[in-house]
Amino acid sequence: MKFVAVSSCPTGIAHTYMAAEALEQAGAAAGHQVVVETQGAAGSVPLDPAVIADADGVIYAADLEVRDKERFAGKPFVDVGVKKAVHDAPGVVAAAVAAVESWTPADAAAAPAAASGGPATKVDSNASVGTRIRQWLMTGVSYMIPFVAAGGILIAISFMLAQIAWGKTGVVDVTKVPLDHLLNSFDAGSLKDWAAVTFQTGNAAFAFLVPVLSGFIAYAIADRPGLVPGFVGGAVSVAIGAGFLGGLVTGFLAGFVALWISRWRVPKGVRGVMPVVVIPLLSSLVVGIVMFVLIGQPIAAAMKGLSSWLNGLSGSNLILLGALLGAMMGFDLGGPINKVAYTFAITGLATTGLAQDAVQYRIMAAVMAAGMVAPLAMALATVVRKHLFTHAERENGKAAWLLGLSFISEGAIPFAAADPWRVIVSSVVGSSVAGSLVMAFGSAQRAPHGGIWVLPLITNWWLFLVAVAVGMVVMAAIVIALKSAKPNPIVQAEEAADERAELVGATV
Amino acid sequence: MSSPLITADLVDVAVDATDRDAVTRRLIDLLVAAGRVTDADGFHADVRAREAQMATGMPGGIGLPHARSAHVTEPSLAVGKVPAGVDFGAPDGPATLVFLIAAPDSGESAHLQILAALARRLVHESFRQSLKDAPDAATVADIVTREVVPS
Repeated sequence: MKFVAVSSCPTGIAHTYMAAEALEQAGAAAGHQVVVETQGAAGSVPLDPAVIADADGVIYAADLEVRDKERFAGKPFVDVGVKKAVHDAPGVVAAAVAAVESWTPADAAAAPAAASGGPATKVDSNASVGTRIRQWLMTGVSYMIPFVAAGGILIAISFMLAQIAWGKTGVVDVTKVPLDHLLNSFDAGSLKDWAAVTFQTGNAAFAFLVPVLSGFIAYAIADRPGLVPGFVGGAVSVAIGAGFLGGLVTGFLAGFVALWISRWRVPKGVRGVMPVVVIPLLSSLVVGIVMFVLIGQPIAAAMKGLSSWLNGLSGSNLILLGALLGAMMGFDLGGPINKVAYTFAITGLATTGLAQDAVQYRIMAAVMAAGMVAPLAMALATVVRKHLFTHAERENGKAAWLLGLSFISEGAIPFAAADPWRVIVSSVVGSSVAGSLVMAFGSAQRAPHGGIWVLPLITNWWLFLVAVAVGMVVMAAIVIALKSAKPNPIVQAEEAADERAELVGATV
Repeated sequence: MSSPLITADLVDVAVDATDRDAVTRRLIDLLVAAGRVTDADGFHADVRAREAQMATGMPGGIGLPHARSAHVTEPSLAVGKVPAGVDFGAPDGPATLVFLIAAPDSGESAHLQILAALARRLVHESFRQSLKDAPDAATVADIVTREVVPS
């Protein structure tokens, strides 16, 4: 076999070269060719790309960060550190041979990107199928959220500016400022122009939502080979009006197509061009054909159906939806059910061309309000009924104020972990109240995260706050009632200790 | 062309020290006496710092303290034979052959090629054995000078 290797060490004058020599010798002794790039103090001559392309595997005998590691992406490798190569080069070469023999191109997907510091995924390859599907999905969602945040907040800001600049019709007028005008006659003194620039920038960010969602779902499944068909599929989905539903489908489709193609056993000559040309080309084509010819139309119809269903919801139905989403947000405080509700809200934001108070934005507001309730309520409860909580919980309560205000539901987890059913029961009720109230009040929200920090972007923000406050009080009241019914022995012990300490203090 | 990597002055075939620090110090003193290291304490500190990162003992009874240091004037090698053995942290026991490699901090890379070549030779059992068998300082210096040729 043929190997390329990289050696390096802290000083760069001894082990780097000893490792190189030892690997070359051990390789030759075992009938393999090893070509080493010594990244040491005496300068480093980069390996000939042809040698890298020709190599069956890579040996990293490096104690420093390997320079230009991406050159070796997609090849089987062992990573042993420089000392091992010096002390036991034959063993390292044997390990490298074993790595090549046991290598499937699917590993090529997972391993090198992780090693070369590619974008992180939330995927644990040992998890069950259901868990992995959720992890693939969440990887896509987590890469999409920053785009939603940037785009959503920019658009919301532009609408605020527009309403100052144009008056009541601002949110419509700002979308009608022609691009030509901004490019050729931008007036720095015109608030309208600033609003329009902000709007267009936000709009551009929003255009990435579905492709990023799709691309990174595929990336989570197939690693780097999934990116291209995933993004392409997402773009196709937008083009045919299949929206985020289509994006979800193309993400999974692209991921599995890319994974399948990358597992093909191909002649060595072709292997080099697989990741760069063959996989992106074929997988994109497959995804494109499937979307345009086969399933795109039904998905677009389903998307339209979902949108019109949501938009058709009114009055009590909307309030019910808010209550349900709120309950989900409060149920596991950042766990899977919470994330389902949150993802539902986020993907709604990805729908383009909605009115400012569209149902999708009202859902986002309801979900956000509900997610703020639990930590706030626990914080409140620790203040008004101190003696129901341990010292540690009282400390947690202080942090929970800020976490709750920032829409970080996880702030309530320490309380839920210590006393699950009382906290969760009250959290489900309180969050659900907040969710349904927001729906009833009609607040809408374009930003996917931020809590009170994005308050100015929420329509009817004072009512939004009222909803959060009511949910908080309801939950605090329930949790206090439940906890009072059955005193916590740890708390009682602590209280007793406190009293003794106070008595001692008094006598001294 | 600068002076050779090693001369007979830089070899001690009977170091009687028994700990890592003292052996290293003995070899540093040789380098100082030859005018290749300007500050014995400063260089010793640099070597210790390197040794602390990862022990330099190698299988086969080799110790390899080394450092790049501002106190070194030219790439140099000092060799000590320690008949009683001295621990350099190798997995298979104490070192009887200790190489102290001194590299200037500012040396341009061409200058350091000689050290790269030395490191590559050190891996070869035959090279190490010939040094262990060498009866005197001059032979050790000769072998190194003959065998270590920059590629």
